[in-house]
Order: sequence, then C-alpha cells, then structure tokens
Amino acid sequence: MALDIILGAISIGIVFLYGSVGEIITEKSGHLNLGIPGIMCMGTAGGMLGISVYMNSLANVKNASWLSLVFIPLICAFLFAAFGGLIYAFLTVSLKSNQNVVGLAITTFGAGFSQFFIDKFVDTTYIARARKIISQGFSFTSNLGPTNISYGFLAYLAILLAVAAAFILKRTKIGLRLRAVGENPATADAVGINVTAYKYFAIFIGSGIAGLGGLYYVAGYTTFDNTLTIQTFGWLAVALVIFTMWRPDLSIIGSILFGGLYVVGSKMTTVISSLATQEIILLLPYVVTIIVLIFTSIFGSKNVQPPAALGLNYFREDR
Amino acid sequence: MNEAKNVREPLFHVARRGTVALKRQVWARVIAVFGGLITGSLICLVVYGKSPVEFLWRLVYGNFKSMDSVWNLLRNTAFLLAIGLALIPAFKMKFWNLGGNGQILMGGIATVCCMKYLGGILPDVVVWLFMLVSAVAAGMIWSAIPAIFKAFFKTNETLFTLMMNYIAAGIVAFAIKKIGGKGTTGSIGVIETAQLPVLFHDSFLIILSVALLTVIMTLYMKKSKHGYEIAVVGESENTAKYVGINVRKVIIRTLILSGAICGFVGFLFVGASEHTIVTEETLAKTGFTAFTAIIAVWIAHNDPIATIGASFGIIFINNGMPFVKATLGITEDTVANMIIGIMYLFVIACEFFISYQVIFNRKNKNALREM
Repeated sequence: MALDIILGAISIGIVFLYGSVGEIITEKSGHLNLGIPGIMCMGTAGGMLGISVYMNSLANVKNASWLSLVFIPLICAFLFAAFGGLIYAFLTVSLKSNQNVVGLAITTFGAGFSQFFIDKFVDTTYIARARKIISQGFSFTSNLGPTNISYGFLAYLAILLAVAAAFILKRTKIGLRLRAVGENPATADAVGINVTAYKYFAIFIGSGIAGLGGLYYVAGYTTFDNTLTIQTFGWLAVALVIFTMWRPDLSIIGSILFGGLYVVGSKMTTVISSLATQEIILLLPYVVTIIVLIFTSIFGSKNVQPPAALGLNYFREDR
Repeated sequence: MNEAKNVREPLFHVARRGTVALKRQVWARVIAVFGGLITGSLICLVVYGKSPVEFLWRLVYGNFKSMDSVWNLLRNTAFLLAIGLALIPAFKMKFWNLGGNGQILMGGIATVCCMKYLGGILPDVVVWLFMLVSAVAAGMIWSAIPAIFKAFFKTNETLFTLMMNYIAAGIVAFAIKKIGGKGTTGSIGVIETAQLPVLFHDSFLIILSVALLTVIMTLYMKKSKHGYEIAVVGESENTAKYVGINVRKVIIRTLILSGAICGFVGFLFVGASEHTIVTEETLAKTGFTAFTAIIAVWIAHNDPIATIGASFGIIFINNGMPFVKATLGITEDTVANMIIGIMYLFVIACEFFISYQVIFNRKNKNALREM
C-alpha cells in the first residue's frame, strides 16, 4: 500500500512539479504570476488541440507514432501557455500594471478561454488513445511490488527540467543575472543587464513550462474533466514554490510530498474511512506551506527568502 | 554627424504623469470598456457568426428583461461592492489581502452552524445576533492571522492570505461532509430555520445594508483619523513611524476590519440569500468572488464610490451573459468567463495610459533629418 501511495504521489506530483518550476523561474525575475492556474489551463487547451489535430490528420489512428504524439502536443501546450505568459508580461513589465491584479485576471481569462476552446475546437475522441501511447514511453517494470513503475516521457521530462532549471539558476551567468533582476532590478540595470528582456524571457519560459503541467494532466495522468481541477493544481503549484523556498531541485521532492498528501486520503480508505477526515488531509499542503512561510520569515537566512523585488514592478524613472 | 549616427536612441520613452485630469481618466476607461466589449463581440462574430450589435443588445437586455433580473443585478452588485469595501482599507495600506474568499467562506460557515444548531431552539432575533457576531468574528480571525505575522515578522501577506483561502475551502468541504452526515457528497440543503427577514423583496435587506456600509466606509476612509493613518502607512511606513503612528497596530486593526466586513458578506450571503453552506464554486458562479472584487477595487483606485461603478460594470456583463448565451444558441458555458477576462485585460491595460505617458523622442527624428 505504501508503494501504491508513493507511485500515485509521483504521478500526480508531476503536475505540481511543472507548475512550480515554471513559477519559480518567473518569480526569480521578480514577478509573482498568480495567473499560473489559468496558464496551466491554456497549456491543457494547447496540448489537447495538438493531440486532436495530429490524430485527425492520420488516415488510420493505429499508425500514430510516439514521437509526434509527444512532441506536437508538447510544442502546442508550451506555445499556448507561453502566449498567456506574454499577455501577463506585456501588462506587468511594459504597462507596469499591478502583478496580483493582472495575475488574477489572467487566471479568469485563461480558465474561461481554455474551457471554451476545448469545448468548441477540440475533438476529444482520441485523447484517451493518445494518452496510452504518450504515457508508455520510457516505462520500465520493477520487482519491488505488485505495481509496475511506469511513467511516460512527460514525467521524466519534468524532473529533467527541474534539475536543469536548478542548475541554470544557480550555476550559470544567465541564472545569476536573472536572480539579480529579481533581487534588485535597479542595480541590475545599472550594471548593464537588460532588465526588460530578462523579465520577458523568464516569464515566457516559465509560463511555457507551467503549461506542460496542464498537458501532462490530460496526456499522462487522467481524463480531462474541466478547467476547475487544473486551476486547483495551479494554486497548489504556487504553494509549492513557497514550500520549496524557490528551489527547483527541492521542488522534485516537494511535489511528490504534495502529491502524497493529495492521494493519501483516497488510497488509504481502510485507515481513513471518514470522508470528512479525507477533506482535512487535502488541506494539509496549504497548512504546511503557511508554516514554511512563517518559519522562513522568522528564522530564515537570506538564502531562503523570496526574491527581494518580488511583486514590485521596475520603472527606471522611479527612485 | 558620425556621433549622432552611433548613438542609438530609443524610439520612445515612458514617463509618469503628474496629476491626471478627470476627463482623461473617464475617457480612457470608456474606451477600454468598449474595446473589451467589441473584442468580445468580435469573437462571437468569428466563432458563432452572430453580429456584434446583436451581442451587445442582448447583453444589455439580459439585465433588464424582468424585474427579477434587475433585482439580481442590484443584489450581485451589492455583494461585489461589499467585498470591495472590505478590501479597500487593506489595499490602501498596500497590504495585499487576497484572502477575501476564505474570510467570506469562514463567515458563511459560522452563519450556517448558528442557523443549523441554534435555529428553532432560540428565538430568531437571538439567533440572528449570534449569526452576525460569529460570522464577523470568523472573518476577523481569518484575516488577523496573516496580519499579525505581517506586522511582527514581515511574513509575505500575498502568499499567506492566498493559502488561507484554500484552508477555508477545505474546512467548508469538511463541514459539508460533517454536517451533512455520512454518505452525502453534495450540499447540506436549505436550512429553513432562522433565515433573515424579508423586507419588500428577497434582496432588499442585502442592498440596504450594503448601501449603509458604503456610506460608513466612505466616511471612515476619507474623514476619520483611522482612514488617514491607513493612507500614511500605505504611502510610506517610515513616514508613519516618524509621525508616531503605531504601524503594527494599524496593520492588525485594518485587517481585522477587512476580515470583519468579509465575514459580514458571508453572513448576508448565507443568511439572506442562499440559506445553506456556500463553497467557492457558489461564489464563482454568482460572479462576486474576492478575486473579482480585487480587480474592481484596483480599477477604482481604492475609492469606495468608484468601486460602485466598477462592481456594477463587472456584474452587468456577468448577469447579461446567460441571456446572450441562451438566445444566441451558444452552448459553451465559459464564454462569459472568457469575455470578462478579456474585459479585465483591456481595463487593466488602460490604466497605463492614465498614469503614464509615452513620449516619442523627437530629437531622434531631427537627427535623422539632419543626416
């Protein structure tokens, strides 16, 4: 049963992992993107469009190739989500609107747009078949327990992206500059870093990665129900960013933990029989996040603080 | 000459405006609203082949087609406005209270519990009092927790209040299962006991109390010492400290007020309108979540009177859309959300043209001409 929970935790945790890695990259540029839930929905819409267009273009759906079925939706999801990110970036970076307000508006727009788009333009006939193909990928079987450990390519990609993001943020020049922009944009500007370009770049990439979480949900995890579910996961991803103290590598463990808290109620029905208690377990991730937030603000060293300029727009002429 | 060639000057630069004439403010917003509406109706034209005029006309007509829809419009505007009034003091202080939803839900649960367990046992008047007090207290607690941590440890309030929403939502889900008993998955049904009295019309009490609240909050923000202190803390914490304002006290006091009003909204919504437990989805469906109110307040620049207009505008579209959908044969439920989202983006973008100006660098052109 424990193995069952861990495996379940990983498969749902990947959704949070994509979302949080994307949000961390965005927040490192000093932009708190509360539009992530909406942007993840846009990723779902893009991914589903990619799948349906590809499947319908085939003469015989049995000939669907794994490679195109992974990468066409992947690119579509990335671009859709990144487009949402670009709207956010234009409004907050160029037009200097308040980040919280724009973020919430993007969530409203993104969720509404995606649901509308999926209902109107996406043929969902082959999504389930596509999911089977996509999630077979690099699966392998283990003798650890009765369950096969088999995750699709998208799950491994999420972990790869998290590790790469951690490396780039911590060890490369680009990462250093990006962090400088998020900590103190005026100083970064003074040393010749193109603050606007870095912000746009980080928001674009970050949103795109978060959108892959939306794709993974339909293409690697389960059937699409409605955008409300994905929105919930988006908020969990935002919580996860705080929980992992803005570190993509810790996000891998954090997402599995959050995933575990998410599934434990439904997997351990013999131990936790009351439906009411299950609801309480579901809110544990948020409680844990708050505790981390409080602890880091009281005892935290400089390394675990949010980026100093998080939430503040940079306008060169302001003193 | 060569030098002029080498110096690359940007095409334009952005500068902050000083004071902005009221005329410009009004026009910029009117243009933005129409821009958003036209974009929304163009989508209808492209996707469904319905004319924009038809779309706009039905949007307006949907709000006035019957007495009920007018009452509905007023009632929902009142609710959104009330949440906005709760958020204004906090936002004026630059405290990002994103936890309005949670505070409303907590107020709602407290009200439901009083109705369920005290209703019928005690006289209605006493139960109403209990409902009011417990709802306001619940909202207060929910906003005081982040406020205390913000005041003493500078804990990030944006993220803290956001998380508090989901804890409240979880508690609501818990309460539904607990009060509803085993096996129930949905709602706990309408509670018949201890409903708030109906004056003239179902919504009249709500509208009346929100109108009173608007007057009180306007006076509080503009004429009272507390309101002034909030403004000073919001402008500059250091100035506030320098003039002897106890910043911690102001932060906590203001947030307690903010949460109290949200709790009051929960009380009104449950006691006078829904008579059952409310979830976040109920709020979202009726169009007055705290997230919507945040946008309304921001558009209104934290001004209570302007918030009336902003709330009315948002609810107007929200209430008109079902009719547009039904009569134009649109089956997709979330068209309304998408169009409202587009409206938000337009109105938010227009704020830039109110507070900033884009100056094209003429010198550059002259330099080119000289060459």
